[in-house]
Amino acid sequence: MVERHGTAETIAASPHSRPGIVVALAALLVLVMTSAVLVGAYPVSPGELIGTLGRFVGGAPRAGQIDTVLLEVRFPRIGAAALAGASLAAAGATYQGLFRNPLVSPDILGVSTGAGLGAVLGIFLSLPVAAIQALAFFGGLATVALVYVVAAAVREREPTLVLVLSGVVIGSLTGAAIALLKVLADPYDQLPAITFWLLGSLASIRKHDVLLAMPLVLLGLMPLVLLRWRINVMSLGDEEAKALGLEAGRLRMIIIAAATLVTSSVVAISGVIGWVGLVIPHIARMLVGPNFDRLLPASMLLGATYMVLVDTLARTIARVETPLGILTAIIGAPFFLWLLARGRRGWE
Amino acid sequence: MRRLLIGLAALLPSIAMAGEIIDSAGRRVAIPDRIEKVFAAGGPASILLYVLAPELMTGWPRRPREEEKPFIASPYRDLPEVGMLTGRGGSANLETVIRVKPDVILDFGSVKETYVSLANATQQQIGIPYLLIDGRFEATAASLRLLGAALGKSERAEQLALYVEAQLTAVDAAIAQVPATRRPRVYLARGPDGLETGVAGSINTEIIERAGGRNVVEATEGQRGLVRASIEQVIVANPDAIITWDRGFYERAGHDPLWREVKAVREGRLYLSPTAPFGWIDRPPSVNRIMGLVWLAGIFYPQQFPKDLRDQVREFYKVFYQVTPDDKELDGLIAWSKGTAPPRR
Repeated sequence: MVERHGTAETIAASPHSRPGIVVALAALLVLVMTSAVLVGAYPVSPGELIGTLGRFVGGAPRAGQIDTVLLEVRFPRIGAAALAGASLAAAGATYQGLFRNPLVSPDILGVSTGAGLGAVLGIFLSLPVAAIQALAFFGGLATVALVYVVAAAVREREPTLVLVLSGVVIGSLTGAAIALLKVLADPYDQLPAITFWLLGSLASIRKHDVLLAMPLVLLGLMPLVLLRWRINVMSLGDEEAKALGLEAGRLRMIIIAAATLVTSSVVAISGVIGWVGLVIPHIARMLVGPNFDRLLPASMLLGATYMVLVDTLARTIARVETPLGILTAIIGAPFFLWLLARGRRGWE
Repeated sequence: MRRLLIGLAALLPSIAMAGEIIDSAGRRVAIPDRIEKVFAAGGPASILLYVLAPELMTGWPRRPREEEKPFIASPYRDLPEVGMLTGRGGSANLETVIRVKPDVILDFGSVKETYVSLANATQQQIGIPYLLIDGRFEATAASLRLLGAALGKSERAEQLALYVEAQLTAVDAAIAQVPATRRPRVYLARGPDGLETGVAGSINTEIIERAGGRNVVEATEGQRGLVRASIEQVIVANPDAIITWDRGFYERAGHDPLWREVKAVREGRLYLSPTAPFGWIDRPPSVNRIMGLVWLAGIFYPQQFPKDLRDQVREFYKVFYQVTPDDKELDGLIAWSKGTAPPRR
């Protein structure tokens, strides 16, 4: 495994990599999450927060509504926000490396539209929330699997290009299926529910949603962490990877499956949230450089922090909820333009 | 203009133009003498037409569901699906409309510029008179009379309009004695998770406020119509009553620990709105909401409105929908519309 070290050293030698940054990002996440717990429709003072935590840790019985609000509503929701942000950013960072393209987002292979189609179908059939989430989860997995199978059937010299094109084609077909269901749905009843789902929201998150999504996300993250060196090599290109003794095709399949599992698990509980997986890895790359070993944790921490901030805005700027998809686009799009304008320094 | 139209009518003997109607948007629309077929442009219009003159209907925008059919008079319950011309999810084909050959196209709802221009364009394109009728709840009686006059059904329109006015007057008289602070605070729970709602003053919740309830979701700058709320916001708002028509949500909320934090659920004041043949609260916003008004007034002010809901439903369905549901059908329809028993602990 001499080659592996060689590659790692080349990348690690970039001037950006400062290990202290990851620690600082983790501290920032803790700070943001703690502050987020203290704001919301239900007034909570720091003293009350400590009281609730004390009762929770000590196993004491719950003392009134404040415990319910904190333990059943706000903690799960902030946890879900962090989980969603970290997951989308991790998948984004992975795909940007895998496809060797900074403009790639986790949606590139159709996971979000696939999950969207699943959820829309669930709403259309008036299924309960849990079934809608399950359909979204499997919709995301199935769509990416289809994209992969179609791309594999097309024998081409540029496998990543074929994958992306196949993703575009199937993604647009899936979009058409969503549009068809919207036309057929009850315009006064189901259509608003569909619209809200496609805009993303953590408003209805419950503890069991987080407990269900978390293990799936961890399961998906594991291969990404274990394969982090190989993802570095993959980002150099298939030829280089092959020269370094990696079997690009199988590795690509594992990475795509892992990233899809991560994204699908959170999209199933949060709805479609755009921009996070595209923008956050960029910022992370500016901070720690392109080495996936550092890029992955930095992206996840930044993504979690960003998502907790955005979701806190979503639940506090108005007396009702603001859809997440709207906020992430309003914040993400101009930021991305700014990144483009200042050149590709972060990437190179 | 009028002379010109009459002159034109003389040139086209097959279409006998009777005269002109000024619709709710202030448009002058020339309509034929005898009207035998009316095309309803959307859900609200089809209900308005159904209650006033079902024999003129050409179809439904969406085919009635099986559970709705017993509450729609035969043979109208079996009319074909013809799609919608305007509004959400417009799907009717203009060629379908032409093939149906209606004497008049009717739209009931917003009379704002968008709909005026749509009506004018369609009327010009396919040469069928297009009437726009004001769909605001307050205008219900006037709209019934206007359409009645246009379709030559003034007598029936007057009967319905008087009923509507009597209900509105009764509700107004009852809630006038109740100071605003003592009116129940109400949350409308929509969607499978109950966290979709309408802000005060929106067409989706209008009827709740008209029946003397205070919507807990106050209108804020820039937000209209349907919005999403979080369970935390509902717990903080702590409404006295919750109205929903989503059966799945209704069944779950009663023993959901978080919804039980809300006063309305704890006290068994979670009400399931019947939805057949048309919604009582909304879905769509048409004259069907009069039934919702009667129902909600009874829920909010039981002392002032002691009448049995079954009798009121029977009367309304007979007068407006021209059906007489039997006891079993009525029981099925209004089950749980009187609130839940306090949930099991």
